[in-house]
Amino acid sequence: MSGRWTWFNITSVIFGMGFLYLPIVILIVFSFNESRLVTVWAGFSTKWYGELFRNEALLDAAWVTLRVALLSASIATVLGTLAALALTRYTRFTGRTLFTGMVFAPLVMPDVIIGLSLLLLFVAIGFDRGFWTITLAHITFSMCFVAVVVQSRLVSFDESLEEAAQDLGCTPFEAFYKVTLPVILPAVVSGWMLAFTLSLDDLVIASFNSGPGATTLPMKIYSQVRLGVTPEINAVCTILIGIVATGVLIASIIGRRRDVQRKLDEQQAAQEG
Amino acid sequence: MKSLGNVRRSFAPWTDPKSVPYIRFENVTKKFGDFTAVDNLSLDIFEREFFSLLGPSGCGKTTLLRMLAGFEDPSEGDIFLDGQSLKGVAPHNRPVNMMFQSYALFPHMSVEQNIAFGLKQAKMNKAEIEDRVQQMLKLVKLEKFAKRKPHQLSGGQRQRVALARSVAKRPKLLLLDEPLGALDKKLREETQFELMDLQQELGLTFVIVTHDQDEAMTMSDRIAVMDAGVVKQIGTPAEIYEAPDSRYVADFIGSVNIFEGKVKENANGLVKLDSPDGFSEIQAVEDRQFETGQDLFLAIRPEKMNLTRERPTEANAASGEVWEIAYMGDVTNYIVKLDGGKMVRASVVNRKRSVENPIGYDEVIWVSFEPDGGTLLDR
Repeated sequence: MSGRWTWFNITSVIFGMGFLYLPIVILIVFSFNESRLVTVWAGFSTKWYGELFRNEALLDAAWVTLRVALLSASIATVLGTLAALALTRYTRFTGRTLFTGMVFAPLVMPDVIIGLSLLLLFVAIGFDRGFWTITLAHITFSMCFVAVVVQSRLVSFDESLEEAAQDLGCTPFEAFYKVTLPVILPAVVSGWMLAFTLSLDDLVIASFNSGPGATTLPMKIYSQVRLGVTPEINAVCTILIGIVATGVLIASIIGRRRDVQRKLDEQQAAQEG
Repeated sequence: MKSLGNVRRSFAPWTDPKSVPYIRFENVTKKFGDFTAVDNLSLDIFEREFFSLLGPSGCGKTTLLRMLAGFEDPSEGDIFLDGQSLKGVAPHNRPVNMMFQSYALFPHMSVEQNIAFGLKQAKMNKAEIEDRVQQMLKLVKLEKFAKRKPHQLSGGQRQRVALARSVAKRPKLLLLDEPLGALDKKLREETQFELMDLQQELGLTFVIVTHDQDEAMTMSDRIAVMDAGVVKQIGTPAEIYEAPDSRYVADFIGSVNIFEGKVKENANGLVKLDSPDGFSEIQAVEDRQFETGQDLFLAIRPEKMNLTRERPTEANAASGEVWEIAYMGDVTNYIVKLDGGKMVRASVVNRKRSVENPIGYDEVIWVSFEPDGGTLLDR
């Protein structure tokens, strides 16, 4: 591949990036708009951010969302990791194909169907809808994403590491806890982050399974938008984008640093060897 | 008395009927589904022995080792360690340590932590662990690398960390799965001697799995040659090399010429074979009795063959044409096409730097060997 800038390359980059990021840029720019009208620029101001922190309903929704996301991501990570372990280690049990299919089905299942089926289930067993039903629903659909991420790491995991641990006196559980988990931890963490973001921005499944007193931020934003968009919404979204972007940035910087360090170490070892 | 090869050290408990084996495989069979990896195998290994399991890949040698470590259970039969049955004993409860083919170093731990892992698991106290780790680092000459992570080490260094980790707990039995497979030739030869010294120094029993016959010959007290789940022959390196008891073993270890013939005469410890391979007759010194007319094979190593331009006085001689010459430095290998069409290998040791008028391509020469140069095989 040549790294030259041709006119074709430049044009396609501009169009591609514009297509992806123009809406977001506009959204951010208008969050600093003086005017109440979202479409007319009337000068720079940060008043909507101040307004935001006085809006109790919005802050409540944000708090609910955060709690749901933290809790569901953590539980989904545990369950997803266990599922991934079962899928990679026990390759010969009966019904494995069915199990694999069932673990990964929610990846392609429409959100509406997941939301609706869970709603029907909660109604049928008489479970009061609210914070817990949203959390459970989010665990259900995000754990398969965790399973996929962790499984892809486990495939390349050298199982003799675990055997070596057992050989040196670990019970199978200790071997997992002391050797396997630390080694696959990066994958588990990125699985957790994926589950966390999925939960953070889910609207459809949460709407189906929420009850009184449990409104998540996406639900709140959606219902407010129907009453008319205010720059306040822009401000909330800008903050969300800021949080997510920072997270991604930090993760990639750490990852890159580690890669570079590793390469240097290996070169050094090879030279000394 | 004549002996096969040199006796390396006076250690041979297997010849003493009173000695008790340290490890005993008793009619062990291991099946994976329909595939039989180990087939009704019995084997004794003695304390402080350096024992090699040698065979091609898929012959069951690694399965045997994994059954000793506890990662596989025998489908039938039982394994005894120091008189105790190993049935149902989990790997972490066995007084056995293993060095893995992939080394299996814990990537998230430093060299020190890797070596200390088993000691911590055994709940040794801190000062003692510290001491033992230092001792191990010294043993494998890695003192300067204690704080490094495995990916910061070269292949040879990783191999030594793996070794240090597996002997740190002072197991009475150390299992080694192709321990030198990933090293280059020179490093491998050095490490072979290091392993032997280590085994002597610590007084351990070593069971090593390898497909490399040179490795097995160099290091072992005894070798078990395996094929398709069964042991073909057990013996000292010299016995395996000089007195193989089947064509499989003769062929697997080193290179060999095999002549086929019918017994013509069998008297006074001398067997005479009718041979169609270009020899008018083959004579072999032999204690066993064979029936006249029985089909036998004579296995003879290339270095026991003589090449001459004149017809030799030896009994076993045939003429042929030089087909191929390979100069290896220490020896020169010839392939000679006998008049009967059979290809024969002969090695000539290059004892002088230059030879006047060496045997060259396309020359017609004589191949001969002494009657006690080879082994008669009936299978």
